[in-house]
Amino acid sequence: MQLQGKIIEKILLLIAFSSIFILALITFFIFEEGIPLVWKVGSKAFLFGDKWIPSKALFGIFPMIVSSFWVTCGALLLGIPLGLACTIFLSELTPPSVGTLFRPAIQLLAAIPSVIYGFWGLIVLVPLIRNHLGGPGLSILAGSLVLGFMTLPTIITISEDALKALPSSYKAGALALGATHWQTIWRVLLPAARSGIVASVILGMGRAIGETMAMIMILGNAVKMPTSFLDSARTLTTNIGIEMGYASGDHRQALFATGIVLFFIIMVLNTLAIFLSKRRVR
Amino acid sequence: MSHESKIIIKDFSFYYASVQALQNINFNIPPKEIFTVFGPARSGKTTLLKSMNRLTDLTFGTRYTGAIFLDGMDIYDPKVDLTQLRRRIGMVFDLPTPLPMSIFDNIAYGPKLSGTNRRNRMDEIVEKALRSAVLWEEVKDRLHTSALRLSGGQQQRLCIARVLALEPEVLLLDEPCSGLDPISTASIEETLFKLKKDYTIILVPHNIQQASRVADRAGFFLNGELVEEGPVYQIFTKPKDKRTEDYVTGRFG
Amino acid sequence: MIINRTRYLTQGVAKILIWLGALLTIGVMLLILFQILKEGLPVLHLHFFLESPKEMGREGGILSTIVGTAVLTVVAIVVGAPLGVGTAIFLREYTRESKMSRMIRFGTDCLAGVPSIIFGLFGFVFFVIKLNMGWSILSGGLTVAAMILPTIISTAEESIKAIPYSYREVSHSLGGTKWQTVTRVVLPGALPGIFTGILLSVGRSIGETAAVILTAGSSLVMPTSLFSPVRTMSVHFYILAREGISMEMAYGTGAALILFVLIINVMAQWLINRYIRHRT
Repeated sequence: MQLQGKIIEKILLLIAFSSIFILALITFFIFEEGIPLVWKVGSKAFLFGDKWIPSKALFGIFPMIVSSFWVTCGALLLGIPLGLACTIFLSELTPPSVGTLFRPAIQLLAAIPSVIYGFWGLIVLVPLIRNHLGGPGLSILAGSLVLGFMTLPTIITISEDALKALPSSYKAGALALGATHWQTIWRVLLPAARSGIVASVILGMGRAIGETMAMIMILGNAVKMPTSFLDSARTLTTNIGIEMGYASGDHRQALFATGIVLFFIIMVLNTLAIFLSKRRVR
Repeated sequence: MSHESKIIIKDFSFYYASVQALQNINFNIPPKEIFTVFGPARSGKTTLLKSMNRLTDLTFGTRYTGAIFLDGMDIYDPKVDLTQLRRRIGMVFDLPTPLPMSIFDNIAYGPKLSGTNRRNRMDEIVEKALRSAVLWEEVKDRLHTSALRLSGGQQQRLCIARVLALEPEVLLLDEPCSGLDPISTASIEETLFKLKKDYTIILVPHNIQQASRVADRAGFFLNGELVEEGPVYQIFTKPKDKRTEDYVTGRFG
Repeated sequence: MIINRTRYLTQGVAKILIWLGALLTIGVMLLILFQILKEGLPVLHLHFFLESPKEMGREGGILSTIVGTAVLTVVAIVVGAPLGVGTAIFLREYTRESKMSRMIRFGTDCLAGVPSIIFGLFGFVFFVIKLNMGWSILSGGLTVAAMILPTIISTAEESIKAIPYSYREVSHSLGGTKWQTVTRVVLPGALPGIFTGILLSVGRSIGETAAVILTAGSSLVMPTSLFSPVRTMSVHFYILAREGISMEMAYGTGAALILFVLIINVMAQWLINRYIRHRT
C-alpha cells in the first residue's frame, strides 16, 4: 500500500513537470530551427537589416520589429485609458450588481476569437479609414484600434484585482481627510495599485505583440519600414503567419528566427510582469 | 505492565519546527476507561491526541522524541501501517465535520477505504455504528440524505459513528461537545458512558465540570507539561500539585 | 470656494469620461457581435451544419470543419486535462511551497504567455515533422493541449484549494491514504471548478487559429482518423475571409463560431455562479 502511494507520488511529480518540460521543448526547437539562419546571415544583418526579400536571401526583420512596436504602442494608447476607465467604472463608480453584468461581458470580450475581431476590422474599420483618412485602409491604425480593444480584458481584470487587493483603509483614510471620490481614486488608489496596473499593461503588451490572425487580416502586407499610422505593415507575428504556409529551406528557418526574436521579447515582458505582480503582494 | 495499560506514553516530547509543544510526557492509559486530558488552552492537549494517531505526520517540519506504545507496540516504528493504526485509534474533532456526502456514505467511508464493499455487509456496519452512537433511531429513515442537513449534535454523533464503524480500540475525542447545546452535550456524554464498556477513551473536555462528570482518570496539562495525573476524584478534590489546585479551583483558566 | 468647485468639476468630468469609456467598450463589443450575427444568422440553415464545404467553401456547409474542430478539441482536452489536474493535485496535495513548486508555477505562468504563433511553430517542428505525425488532428490537438495546460492548472488549483482542510484531516484520521483522500474527498468537491476550467479551454480551442493552421493543415475533406488533416471552423473562417472566397459563407461560419463560443462561455459563467453560491 505504501509502495503504491510512493509510485503515485512519483507519477504526479512527473506530470507536474510537464509545463516546464513543454516550455523547454518549445525553446529548444524554436532555437534549433532558427539559430542556424541567424548565424548564416549574421545577427546584426538579421535584426537591423531593413530588407526582407526571401527570394534574394535577404532576411532583415527590422521593419517588422518597428511595426510590431508601433502597432503595440498604438494599441496601448487606446487600451490603457479605456482599460483604466473600465476598471475604475467596475470597482469604484458602480454598485456590485452592475459588476455582475459587466464583468462577464468583459470575459466574453476575451473569449471572442481573434479572427472575428480581424474580420470585423477588415469589413468595417479598414474601409472607414481608407475613405476618411486615406491610405490603403489596411493600416497600423486599424491594427492598433482592434488590438487595443483585444487587450482590454487583460488590463481590466488584472488592474481590478490590484485595486481590490488594496486595504480599505486607504480609501477610508483619504475620504476622511476631505478628498473627493475622484481625488481618492486618482491620487491615492491608482498610485497604490501602481505595480499591479503596470503588470497588467505589460501583460497586455505581451498579448498585443503576440497577436497574429487579426493582424494578418487588417495590417496589409507591406514589408517596408512604416512611416505613418496609415501605412500597411508587417509585424513579427504576421511575418511568420503569412509566409509559413509556403516557406522552405532558409526562408523557413528565417521565419523560425523571427519566432526566436518574438519569443525572447515576450519572455522578457512576461517575466517582468510576473515579477511586478509578485512585488505587489507587499 | 504492557497488558495492564492500553497506551503507554514514555518520555515523549513533540516539536513543531523549533517550538516545543510537549515536554517529556510520561503516563499510562488503562484500557476501557475514560481518561481525560485537561488544562488551559495551548497546553498541548490536541497535539498529544494527534500524536497518538500520528495525525501530526500530516504537518511538515515536526519532530518528536520518546515513544508511544499501543498494546506494547511502538506506534512510531517505521514498519507500522499508518492506515491500520488510525483504524485502531479513531478520532473525533472539536467541530462536527461531516463529509459532503449522505449519512450512509459518511459512515461507510472508513470501511470502504479498506475494501469492504459488499452491500449487505455495509448496511450492517452502518446500522451497528449508528446504534452505538445513539443516532440510529433519528436517521434510520433518511440514511441517504445529505449529512450536512443534520443538527450540530446529530452531526457530532455522526462523527462518532463514523469512527465506530471501523471498530477501533481507542477513541480520541478532542472537545467533542464544543459548540453544542446542553441537551446534545448530555446525550453525547451519555453515549460516552455506554462506549467505555468496549473502548478505551481519551477525552479533552470542554470544561472541568465535564471532565469530573465523565472521566475515570485525569491528567492536567500546562504549557506542554503533564503536571500530574491520577484518578478523577483525587485530581479534582485533593490535587497534589499547586498548579493543578489553582486551575481546578478556578484561580486561572 | 473657487478651489472647491474645481475639485468637483474635475470629478464630474472624470466620471462622465469614465462612463463614456465603459459604455464605448461594451458598445463596440456589441457592435462587433451584432454585425456578424446579423449577416451570418440568416445563413445558418440546418443544411449549413450538415453539409461539408463544396467548391473550396463557396457552397455547401461547414460540417467537416465542425467535426474537425470537435475531434481536435477532444484530443486537446483528453491530453491536457489529466496533465493539468495532475499538476494541480501535486502542487496542492503532495508538496508545500518550495523551490520546486515555485519553479513549476513559473514555468506554467511563462507557458501561459507564449503566443499562439510560437505554439504553431513548435507544433509544426515537433509533431508534424520530427514525430512524423504530419498535418493532422493529432498534431493540432496535442499543440492545443499544451496551450490550455496553464488554464486548467490554475482553475484546478483554485478549486482544490477551496476544499476545507478539515475534510482531508477526517479522511486521514479514518485511515485514508493521501491518494484515497484526493480521489474520494478532494476531487469530487473540486469537480465543478475543474469542469469550468475545461469548458473555458474548450472555448479557447474552438477559437484558436494560428497554432492550428500550422499543425492541422487546411484540408476540407471530412477527416477519417486522428492522422487526417483537417480544417477547423476558425481556420475555415479565416481562409474564407482573407481569400475573399465567399462573404456569405464567411459570415455564416463566423456567426456559427460566435454562437458556439458564446454558449460555452455562458455555460461556464453559469457554472461559476452556481459553484460559488454553492460554496458559500
